[in-house]
Amino acid sequence: MNEAYRRYLLRQKRNRRAVRFGQIAVLVGFFGLWELGAALGWFDPFILSSPSRVWATVVRLAASNDLWQHIGTTLLETVLGFVFGTLLGTLLAVLLWWLPTLNRILDPYLVVLNALPKIALGPVLIVWIGAGMASIVVMGILVSLVVTTVTVLNGFNATTSDKQLLMRTLGATKLQIFTKVVLPAGLKDLIAALKISVGMSWVGVIVGEYLVSKSGLGYLIVYGGQVFKLDLVMASVVILCVLAALMYEAVALLEKRLTRGA
Amino acid sequence: METPLLTLSGVTFSYFTETEQTQAVAGLDMEVKRGEFCAIVGPSGCGKTSVLSLMMGLLKPQAGTIAFSEPNLRIGYMLQRDHLLEWRMVEKNVLLGLEVQRRLTPEAKTKALQLLDTYGLGAFRRYYPPQLSGGMRQKVALIRTLALEPDLLLLDEPFSALDYQTRLQLSDEVYRIIREQNKTAVLVTHDISEAVSMADRVFVFSRRPSRIKTILETGFDRALSPLMRRHTPAFLDLYDRAWKEIDR
Repeated sequence: MNEAYRRYLLRQKRNRRAVRFGQIAVLVGFFGLWELGAALGWFDPFILSSPSRVWATVVRLAASNDLWQHIGTTLLETVLGFVFGTLLGTLLAVLLWWLPTLNRILDPYLVVLNALPKIALGPVLIVWIGAGMASIVVMGILVSLVVTTVTVLNGFNATTSDKQLLMRTLGATKLQIFTKVVLPAGLKDLIAALKISVGMSWVGVIVGEYLVSKSGLGYLIVYGGQVFKLDLVMASVVILCVLAALMYEAVALLEKRLTRGA
Repeated sequence: METPLLTLSGVTFSYFTETEQTQAVAGLDMEVKRGEFCAIVGPSGCGKTSVLSLMMGLLKPQAGTIAFSEPNLRIGYMLQRDHLLEWRMVEKNVLLGLEVQRRLTPEAKTKALQLLDTYGLGAFRRYYPPQLSGGMRQKVALIRTLALEPDLLLLDEPFSALDYQTRLQLSDEVYRIIREQNKTAVLVTHDISEAVSMADRVFVFSRRPSRIKTILETGFDRALSPLMRRHTPAFLDLYDRAWKEIDR
C-alpha cells in the first residue's frame, strides 16, 4: 500500500466520522436546546413540553402498562395496512400488466385515485365499516395500495419491449415472460414501492386513529391535545418517530436480502 | 434436387396504425437451402427485419406462405442487441432458452456450457453481463441461441451495435462457429461488405415494400474466413455490384 492510497483511506475514514459526529450533534443539540429553553423559560413548557417531561411521561405510561397496549394497537394496524396494501397493490399491478386493455380502461381512474387524498374517505369508511379497528386498517391499506399499484405497474411497463421480444424468440409463454423478465426487472421498483408505502400506511393509520379510535398512539395524540397535556402529545410523537424508523429499517433489510441474489 | 429448407412464396405483410398502413413486404419469393449462408441487404427501413420476423413466426403473413422442409424445424433468432438479462450470470443467460422451452436436461446443459468453453468464454461463466465487453456479450447471445440447437439461424444485424474492429473480429468468429456447427443461416444487414464477405448468396432488396432486386452468388471458398475474403479481388467486384443494385 503506497502513501497516497493510505492518505486517501484516512481521508475517507475522517469524512465518515465527521458525518456520524454531525448526525449525533444535531440530535443532541435539538434535545439540549429544547430542554435548556424550557428550563430557562424561553418558552412555556406547558405548551412545548420538554425532553425531561416527555421522558417522565413515557416512564409513567410504561409503568401503567397502557403504553404497550397503545403501541401494540397502532403497530398491528400499521403492519396489517402495510402488508395487505402492498400485497393487493402488487397483485393489482400484475393484473393490469397482464391485461393491457383493462389497464387502459382503468388508467384515468387510477390517476384520480392516486391524486385523491385517501384520508378524505375516512368518514365514509367509518359509516360503511364501523367505528373500530377495521376502519383504521382499511384506511392504512387504501393509502398504501394505490401508490404501490402505480409505482409497481410503472416498473413492469418500463421493461423494454425488446427483452420481451427476445423471450418470444425463445418461445416463452406470457407467464414465463413475466416471471423471468418483467418481475426481476421490476424488482427495484417493487422495493421503492415498499419504502413509500411503509410511510404511507403510518399516515393512514394515524389519521384513522384521529377519527375513530379508543386506543393507539394516534388516539393518545388527539386525547392529549384535547385535554392540553402536551407532554403526552410530544411523548407519543417521539415514540412514533422511533417506530416508523424501525419499520423503515426492516424494509431496508428486506431490500438487502432481495437484491443480494441478483 | 433437394427441397429447400425454407420456402417463401408470395409473402405479403403490412403494418397497421390508426392513421396509415405501411406495406413492408410485397409478394416475396425466396428459398434458403440446407447448410447455406444467406444474407439480405437493402436500404434501411426496407423491411428486412420484417422478413426475419415472418420466418420466425413472430409475424403472420397476410398473404402467401412460408414453408419448411420438415414440420418441427427449430429456429434460433439473434437480435441486434444482446439483451442479456443483467441479473443472471453468463451461464444462466445461456441456459435461458432451454429453461423457457423446458428442455434443460443435464445433457443439454453440459452441451451448452461446452459451447462457452469452446468459444473462449468458459472463464466468464460466473460473470454478470455488465462485466463483459460488447463483443463478448454478443457472443454469449449467439451461444444462447445455439444452445437450443436450431436447424436454422436468423441473425438480425447482430454486429451493428458494435465498434468497427470488434465487428470484423466477431463476424469472423460467428462465421466460423456457424460453419463448424453446420447451421443454415440468414443474416440481415445494411452493411454490404458484411453481407458479401460472409454469405454464399446475397439477396439485394429494394426499397419498401421489399422485393428481391437481384441475387448474388458470391462463390467464395467456404474455408476462407470473411476477413480473408475482404482481401480478394472478387470481393470488390461483388461489393460494387451490390452497391449499384441498391443505389439504382
